[in-house]
Amino acid sequence: MMNKLIVGRFVPKDSFVHRMDARAKVLLSIAYIFIIFEVTNWLGYLIMGLFTIAVTSLTKVSLKTYIQGIKPLIWLITFTVFIQMFFAPSGHVLWNYWIFKVTDIGLLNAVYVLVRFILIIMMSTVLTLTTSPLAIADALEYLMKPLLKIKFPVYEVSLMLSIALRFVPTLMDETERIMNAQRARGVDFANGGIIKRVKALVPILIPLFTNAMKRAIELGDAMEARGYQIDKPRSRYRILVWHRRDTMACLVFGLLLIILIIIKHFI
Amino acid sequence: MSNIIEVKNLTFKYPQSNRQALNDISFDVKQGAWVAIIGHNGSGKSTLAKLLNYLLIANEGTIKVADMLVNEVNMWQIREKIGMVFQNPENQFVGATVEDDVAFGMENRNIKREEMQVRVQQALMAVNMQTFAQHEPSSLSGGQKQRVAIAGVLAIEPQVLILDEATSMLDPQGRQEIIELVQKLKKERGDDLTVISITHDIDEAALADKIIIINDGQLIETGQPTEIFAHGDRLLNLGLDVPFAQQVKGALQKAGIKTPTHYLDEKGLLDWLWELNSNQ
Repeated sequence: MMNKLIVGRFVPKDSFVHRMDARAKVLLSIAYIFIIFEVTNWLGYLIMGLFTIAVTSLTKVSLKTYIQGIKPLIWLITFTVFIQMFFAPSGHVLWNYWIFKVTDIGLLNAVYVLVRFILIIMMSTVLTLTTSPLAIADALEYLMKPLLKIKFPVYEVSLMLSIALRFVPTLMDETERIMNAQRARGVDFANGGIIKRVKALVPILIPLFTNAMKRAIELGDAMEARGYQIDKPRSRYRILVWHRRDTMACLVFGLLLIILIIIKHFI
Repeated sequence: MSNIIEVKNLTFKYPQSNRQALNDISFDVKQGAWVAIIGHNGSGKSTLAKLLNYLLIANEGTIKVADMLVNEVNMWQIREKIGMVFQNPENQFVGATVEDDVAFGMENRNIKREEMQVRVQQALMAVNMQTFAQHEPSSLSGGQKQRVAIAGVLAIEPQVLILDEATSMLDPQGRQEIIELVQKLKKERGDDLTVISITHDIDEAALADKIIIINDGQLIETGQPTEIFAHGDRLLNLGLDVPFAQQVKGALQKAGIKTPTHYLDEKGLLDWLWELNSNQ
């Protein structure tokens, strides 16, 4: 279950987006969020929507997978949309009851928020579906490099991140094993009220934590034995390569931004 | 051959324990030798391995590796010379993929990327894992992970390879793979590679040139495998296994059949049994 959430998201395929540099993808995903706030009218949203669908089709991953990415956030979206709808500050009042007030502007804003939400989720899903977690960690290391100036331990944090990712499947297996061992002793994880089920987690978490500690100590020994020293310059085996397609993708995003700004101010 | 490792009057106690984990231990290892250190669980043999490259700090006594004193000043140079493979295959796999893990030791030594690529390939070839370069650890068996760990050690070209119970968590097939691999490496590299295998697998120990027995922190005996295994009862008393061939010999002796006094491996025993059969 958790496996699907963290690691299973990445769908290895050979597409334009998959081949892109992880740094470009992380940067553009962030840029996308800023760009979408430049959009204020229907035409803008139409262009943005078409653009996003074009990008998702470039990934060769089915649209269904993207829709599944939206599902877990459906409640958050609904909540935000309703807030927008019922608490609009201005506009023609269409419907009024107690403190709730639906206005035409409020309704329009609610639809905008809904579209904006869906588009942002789709674009960030593009990142996680086409980029391995490790590549994202590498990209973050690179993008965090300016923080070295304020003595932030960028390399150490990035190594921690990649080791954490590497141990996710190991700890998953271990959880499964512990659960089976506890089931064999008669612990019931599936039934009972919420309190009973939370209590049933305790006999999983305690052995999991102690084992994780033991693993960490052994891993530390192994790393030291292999010559790992904090604060010493290390060379890199895995590197990220920026290609022309990454520059091109950035240019396309720039173009998109220009078009949207023109639409916002002149139409 | 000169000594690559010299241990003198080594004593060590864990801070939280009131028992000496190692008590006044002295021994030498010649360059190019294959030494097995055996003893039952908790005898202090793994502690000894960690002391050799300063993962633990001795209370008393001295250790020299390649004529360098093992201390805070020399620790990183000594770790250059000693490659260690630990017991748990999972907990020494640092990299996200096989090739990343093999490269880890070289990254720590700030070796150029082009050089690393060549050496990763070579090391993976040496352990016959080259087709797995891109694999993630979760898709490998225990024996394969240990082979990757050995490749990671080989990539830094150490003089000493310490196997700290490296086969104890593997299935019989995985264990056999690792033992054969170490034999192969030892044969290829000859006196350039010294092997210290810490184990309670007696068949693994039988491959060594020299066996050191440790019991409750004390060095009980050193000698060649044939000498050590010749007195089977003593091994049993120390909580160690006796090789199968040795057990057969003991049983034959009890049945009143005169057997040779020196150590026989399974094949040796078989030959001797054939001989006995044809003599009768």
